[in-house]
Amino acid sequence: MGEHHGPMKGVKRWILATNHKDIGAMYLWFSFIMFLTGGFLAMIIRAELMYPGLQLVDPNFFNQMTTTHGLIMVFGAVMPAFVGLANYMVPLMIGAPDMALPRLNNWSFWILPFAFSLLIIAIIQSFLGIADAPNFGWTFYAPLSTKYGPASTDFFIFSVHLMGISSIMGAVNVIVTIFNLRAPGMTLMKMPLFVWTWLITAFLLIAVMPVLAGAVTMMLTDRHFGTSFFDAAGGGDPVLFQHIFWFFGHPEVYIMILPAFGIVSAIIPTFARKPLFGYASMVYATASIAFLSFVVWAHHMFTVGLPLAGNLFYMYMTMLIAVPTGVKVFNWVATMWRGSISFEVPMMFAIAFVILFTIGGFSGLMLAITPVDQQYHDTYFVVAHFHYVLVSGAVFSIIAGVYYWLPKWTGRMYNVGLAKLHFWSSLIFVNLLFFPMHFVGLAGMPRRYSDYSLQFADFNWWISIGGFGFGLSQLILLWILIDICFRKKGEAVSDQVWDGADGLEWTLPSPAPYHSFSTPPVVK
Amino acid sequence: MQSIAKRSLAIGSALATITTSGAFADLQFDMTPGVTEISQQVFDMHRTMLWWCVAIGVVVFGAMFYSMIKHRKSKGYKASQFHESTAVEVVWTIVPFIILILMAIPATKVLIEMNDTRDSALTVKITGSQWKWHYEYLEWEGKGSPGVDYYSVLSTPSEEIMRPIRASGLFPKNTAQDSYRPDGQYPAQNELYKQDVDKPLVIPTGRKVRFLITSDDVIHSWWVPDFAVKRDAIPGFINELWTQVPEGKEGIYRGQCAELCGKDHAFMPVVVDARSPEEFEQWLADAREAQQAEALAAASSLDKTFTKDELMAEGEKAYLARCSACHQANGQGLPPTFPSLVGSAIATGPVADHIDIVNNGKNAMPGFSAMLTPKEIAAIVTYERNAWGNTPSDGVDVVQPRDVAK
Ligand code: HEC
Ligand code: HEM
Ligand SMILES: [Cu+2]
Ligand SMILES: [Cu+2]
Repeated sequence: MGEHHGPMKGVKRWILATNHKDIGAMYLWFSFIMFLTGGFLAMIIRAELMYPGLQLVDPNFFNQMTTTHGLIMVFGAVMPAFVGLANYMVPLMIGAPDMALPRLNNWSFWILPFAFSLLIIAIIQSFLGIADAPNFGWTFYAPLSTKYGPASTDFFIFSVHLMGISSIMGAVNVIVTIFNLRAPGMTLMKMPLFVWTWLITAFLLIAVMPVLAGAVTMMLTDRHFGTSFFDAAGGGDPVLFQHIFWFFGHPEVYIMILPAFGIVSAIIPTFARKPLFGYASMVYATASIAFLSFVVWAHHMFTVGLPLAGNLFYMYMTMLIAVPTGVKVFNWVATMWRGSISFEVPMMFAIAFVILFTIGGFSGLMLAITPVDQQYHDTYFVVAHFHYVLVSGAVFSIIAGVYYWLPKWTGRMYNVGLAKLHFWSSLIFVNLLFFPMHFVGLAGMPRRYSDYSLQFADFNWWISIGGFGFGLSQLILLWILIDICFRKKGEAVSDQVWDGADGLEWTLPSPAPYHSFSTPPVVK
Repeated sequence: MQSIAKRSLAIGSALATITTSGAFADLQFDMTPGVTEISQQVFDMHRTMLWWCVAIGVVVFGAMFYSMIKHRKSKGYKASQFHESTAVEVVWTIVPFIILILMAIPATKVLIEMNDTRDSALTVKITGSQWKWHYEYLEWEGKGSPGVDYYSVLSTPSEEIMRPIRASGLFPKNTAQDSYRPDGQYPAQNELYKQDVDKPLVIPTGRKVRFLITSDDVIHSWWVPDFAVKRDAIPGFINELWTQVPEGKEGIYRGQCAELCGKDHAFMPVVVDARSPEEFEQWLADAREAQQAEALAAASSLDKTFTKDELMAEGEKAYLARCSACHQANGQGLPPTFPSLVGSAIATGPVADHIDIVNNGKNAMPGFSAMLTPKEIAAIVTYERNAWGNTPSDGVDVVQPRDVAK
């Protein structure tokens, strides 16, 4: 190792971490803990909704559960997981020794536990019956969140500010790393698709996180400093809030899905033993999706009473964004076509991703049609839609990525039997959980309801069973990770790990050494 | 291969029998076509989109499954190395684009029609507030305001809703303890559970009805699926929309609030009673008369003096109907959002402050002077000053209607 040293000893290694692998691992563990926390809150929601009537929790507490579940899953589970994967994999994929700004990297991770402590303190207070947690939905529409928000709204505002700072710093780091630290010969159009999708995601983050920060700051001044940005009585405008929120919010949903496209585009060629079909069109499709994501935001607002021309414009743009998304799906199928396919665990999750994400895309397309969306809007149909793209989409891709790279990280193969069990139980329960939501939504059950009328009872019972099943299935993953990371179980793997895998990360030893590519590799 | 095909056929037909047999007969899987011309068009568009998605899905997933079955390594299939084809890529960019244009055309037409609120016979202003709807008839057949307005509130009794499984009530604030039944035998929920209101909105069939929608507090959304009508009620904004229920489709249509509006978002249903124009005229005339009589009674109640017992009895009823959503039946509220009235500085303090907050509201507490008669408010205030062991510090334990109207 020459003048390089190994990791520091004890907790200092983690607190003072500047190594991209350490920071990536912390991000991933953090995200997994948040995933389990948000999942626990979801179990409370599904328990209350198992039968009509109020059996377990008071409706105000119910709203707090939906709100904090959404916030934790979006900002705590999905986003940090992708940042973790970027930290770990981007340097390995482009042949860089580390991230370009290692201290910034440390900081952007360590802000997160503080950001989420604020939110979790509010939740704990609520469990103890001391004070209400945020209860206005993850979209925190004014005036419910401003004039009518509980005291903990200020915790929430500060927490969102911190998350935003963390995301922006993470994004800056990714961009600087990709632009400056690529190995000689690694031109932009030779970069693995995961690197490309993350590069574009990072630009989206830098563009929209400040907008979110602006929104919560305006809330703060409305709540405490006498302004009326969102209060009609003071000359403000509650709809303005929604425009600002969704100007952030729609690119945000692509922030949560573009890196997923990158992961799946790495896994499918490996197990189809065939190069990715249409690499260039994948890059262009990603870029067009990112661009269009800035001009579709008002499709979340088709019922607020926009002018006709506005509704038409956002409908057309939203329909348009389906074209590049379609291109991606077709390219994955074409990659599999006449490949030599085998079904290892990462591939199983990747295939499930393609199918289930496409189902979510179909419902997205239906939601784009304004007159029909006015019926779907704010019903369980929307809940089904975004869980298909976020759970069986984003989350499945993250799990696929973990099963794909875990042997490279640890140098050992996880328990494949258990991983297959994890796959099948997740697959069955995720559909039992989310598919019937389409039906109750179409039949007229609004979202964010603590109680429903009797015609929705049968499906909701099944949905809850699916929910508990899906939640419990994730404990299998917890065990698999403990087993391989802490109990150090599992057989040693080769450097190549997967016979069809291609890319710089597979040229490194398994496990990847603490310092890798200290001398850059040459890419032909 | 053949056995797989056979088996999937068998599973398919088994599923079909299950879904069409009695077990699932009363489950609703799909959107309602509704009763209006617009709702029918919206439904048709929904179905068209659905079938497009199914068709594309069959092609895409079909190709995937074919490839997963045929092109597997375990069968010794050798990977081809093709990875580009401009022709194919152009085709699958252009074809979806054309399909989208085909779908955009009818959508645009319907949207334009939905936006045309001209030539309406009746105009009703709808105001959402936590957690009730206020209907105000503004204009009927060019004859000006019919002078009818009223509130519409959930009528499902709380015994049907509150079914805590723990003796301490609902987690975490321990509410609804009083509803707890150790034997678990809760009253059956009637078939209109959570879907019925005290006074539905009444509209005529065969006439264009225009709605003006707004809100007093947070954002709500007024939704009737059978009319394909959903619009947000936003404080400070007035949204406009319309519907026309065809003649012959008289009946009761039910909907719900569709925008998160706080604790009882799930408990503010919408009920519309569509009647023939003649019956509607009749109803409107009766409603106006009843409202005038009520105003007269309210005015004359100002001269009357009621006994404490009378006021307490009426007060309890009105309190449970209007105040208990926030302050709870036992008066203990849900602090810190909704304060307890038990021993509260206002409910047991100077009577003028107590009357003032009920009349005019404060922050998240709505004012009730427009919604309740002076007698009802007097009864509620009397009730609050004596119930739950409260004793007024100023000694005023009975409030008369005239005290409220001052
Ligand atoms: C939408 C929820 C809601 C409803 C319905 C409601 N209140 Fe309130 N009430 C509040 C809130 C919130 C406050 C606290 C207001 C403040 O001080 O900011 C409050 C405060 C009060 C207080 C003062 C308590 C104190 O000690 O500060 C009284 C008295 C009161 N309400 C009476 C009533 C009566 C009578 C009714 C029914 C006619 C009623 N409320 C209905 C929300 C509600
Ligand atoms: C790609 C990943 C996607 C993610 C992560 C995502 C996520 C979401 C989320 C979270 C919502 C709910 C908003 C709310 O709280 O009300 C939503 C709604 C919506 N999505 Fe997506 N979505 C994705 C893809 C798509 C696509 C491909 C389309 C259309 C082609 C689409 C169209 C819509 C529309 C129109 C709505 C508004 C529905 C309504 O509120 O009535 N989405 N999406
Ligand atoms: Cu969006
Ligand atoms: Cu509501």
